[in-house]
Amino acid sequence: MDIGAVFENAILQFIGFNACYYAIAAIGLNVQFGYTGLLNFGQAAFMAAGAYGVGQTVSIFGISLWWGVAIGIGYAVFLGLLMGVPTLRLRADYLAIVTIASAEIVRLIVRSVKFRDQFGGTDGLKGFADAYQDVGVRIGLEPAGEYGFWIFTFSGRNLWNLMVGWSLVAIFGVIVWRLMKSPWGRVLKAIREDEDAVRSLGKNVYSYKMQSLVLGGVIGSFAGMMLALGNANVQPDNFSRNLTFFVLTGLVLGGVAKVTGSIIGPMMFWGLYAFLDSLLRELIDKPVRIGDFTLMQSTDVGVVVYMLMGILLVVLMVYRPQGVFGNKKEMAFEGR
Amino acid sequence: MKDADDQSAAEPAAADAPSELSEYARVAKAALAGVSPEPGAKKPDPILTASGIRRAFGGIVAVDVEHFEVQRGSITALIGPNGAGKTTFFNLMTGFDKPNTGQWAFDGVSMDGVAPHRMAARGMVRTFQLTKSLTKLPVIENMKLGATGQKGEKWWNGLFPWRWKAQEAEIEARADELLKRFKLDHMRDEYAGALSGGQRKLLEMARALMTDPTLVMLDEPMAGVNPALKQSLNQHVRGLRDLGMTVLFVEHDMDMVHDISDWVIVMAEGQVIAEGTPDDISSNPAVIDAYLGAHQGKTLLEDQV
Repeated sequence: MDIGAVFENAILQFIGFNACYYAIAAIGLNVQFGYTGLLNFGQAAFMAAGAYGVGQTVSIFGISLWWGVAIGIGYAVFLGLLMGVPTLRLRADYLAIVTIASAEIVRLIVRSVKFRDQFGGTDGLKGFADAYQDVGVRIGLEPAGEYGFWIFTFSGRNLWNLMVGWSLVAIFGVIVWRLMKSPWGRVLKAIREDEDAVRSLGKNVYSYKMQSLVLGGVIGSFAGMMLALGNANVQPDNFSRNLTFFVLTGLVLGGVAKVTGSIIGPMMFWGLYAFLDSLLRELIDKPVRIGDFTLMQSTDVGVVVYMLMGILLVVLMVYRPQGVFGNKKEMAFEGR
Repeated sequence: MKDADDQSAAEPAAADAPSELSEYARVAKAALAGVSPEPGAKKPDPILTASGIRRAFGGIVAVDVEHFEVQRGSITALIGPNGAGKTTFFNLMTGFDKPNTGQWAFDGVSMDGVAPHRMAARGMVRTFQLTKSLTKLPVIENMKLGATGQKGEKWWNGLFPWRWKAQEAEIEARADELLKRFKLDHMRDEYAGALSGGQRKLLEMARALMTDPTLVMLDEPMAGVNPALKQSLNQHVRGLRDLGMTVLFVEHDMDMVHDISDWVIVMAEGQVIAEGTPDDISSNPAVIDAYLGAHQGKTLLEDQV
């Protein structure tokens, strides 16, 4: 068994591309869920908005890729308003229902045959990311070249993705951190605690909730753009429920209502995933049997890893409900 | 029974009143002295007026108030048995609920259709029966939240501290002053969740004052507060009047009502059944009926006959 390779995989995933676009999505989700208390179970839809925004530019509209950023933001704002207008006046659970349904509706629309000409159907969109990759080449990163040291060696293309991705993480991390230190952030946190109290003090709660939902959604759309540009394609089934809940898992793992938690949580999620996955693959080189019954074989690893992650999350919630970076003192007042 | 009540009420008033009453209290009492003690009485200078307010939940009429006025600069108590519609009426006046019919005006301006979040800017602020302290925010943040018209509360300003830092410092100074007045300054940086029930009541009241109100509406400020703190809460409520504010409060604690209010309005079954000075009210047979039932004093047997 090569334990070195296991750790190597884990570390590379910890700082890898998956962790990076998950972190962007989690920063956005944290604005809505962590700070404002909005149960957004449709972050995947916002990510799809961003991804299809950049994807459609070259492939469908035939315009420059960079318009995609504006289009993606536009889609995300539209989606946020669409979900928020009917639900934000109601109790929190209605938003949860509407967002989870909207995310599925978005995914079914973009993969439908009917809108194939707009969204590319089940094949998705591809061949739009050249302009983005050219920038990497222009700053001296050869797509096929090898860069880095020790285990941290990446192809030029990967390195470019990581550089852009982690820069976005840093930018959005700083923006959200500063916003939450401002009086605006104070209102959001107060809304999370008690809407009516905030309303009685003269704040338009509905408007603040809308701002939070849209801002979180727009940040989420950047995660989608990053995913689309990094993979150089958009696949409708990337934006399933799993994506939303994995992002949420990462956020909870790291600790809600903390910017550090929303960044390091997804990193831990992917680091842990890679660690368990490689470890199990190393251990199960031949099927494990009890008598005639096959307990586990190498094809089961993927499923078992998710089971183990689930158990770990439950254990974490029992013994450290505030997440790894959460504020324990804050959690102490959960019961009011 | 009735006589004993009258005596105990009259004695302290005669002994303490002249020395204890502040300028504002005297003005309020003098203004209300000429008002006839009957339901829906007109006041000389009302800050809040309401007429024909009706709110039904399904078939049950929770509030059906013909006319209602609150004298500016007074402390007015709204009392009544459980289910009398006091809190519902409060919600209607503050925009948290909408009446089926009726008009009401604050400071001469109609409040029909005004959203609750616009009330604070106009000078009306309320507290809640179940204290709403924002437990996961520190006490000082709770206070600062109360200030209205904050530039930093616009998201596009949030990122640029220099646009709101000066105002924030001003607000913080005001908050610290209020915390000191309410004797919460030692808890300044603690989470509000670490406060006791009584301290939370104080915090909620102090936070409401951050909006610079002219009318403060307190929904059961004494509920769940220990007797020692009640005295200090009484003082604080009196203090609001002495700062020129008008106070309207819902309360069950009759001692407090008698102690601090200039005027008492009694509700039962959704309607205003009596009004008057505290002394008028404690001897009003309609009020005693509403609280204790019309048949008090009679035996069950008499009823059946």
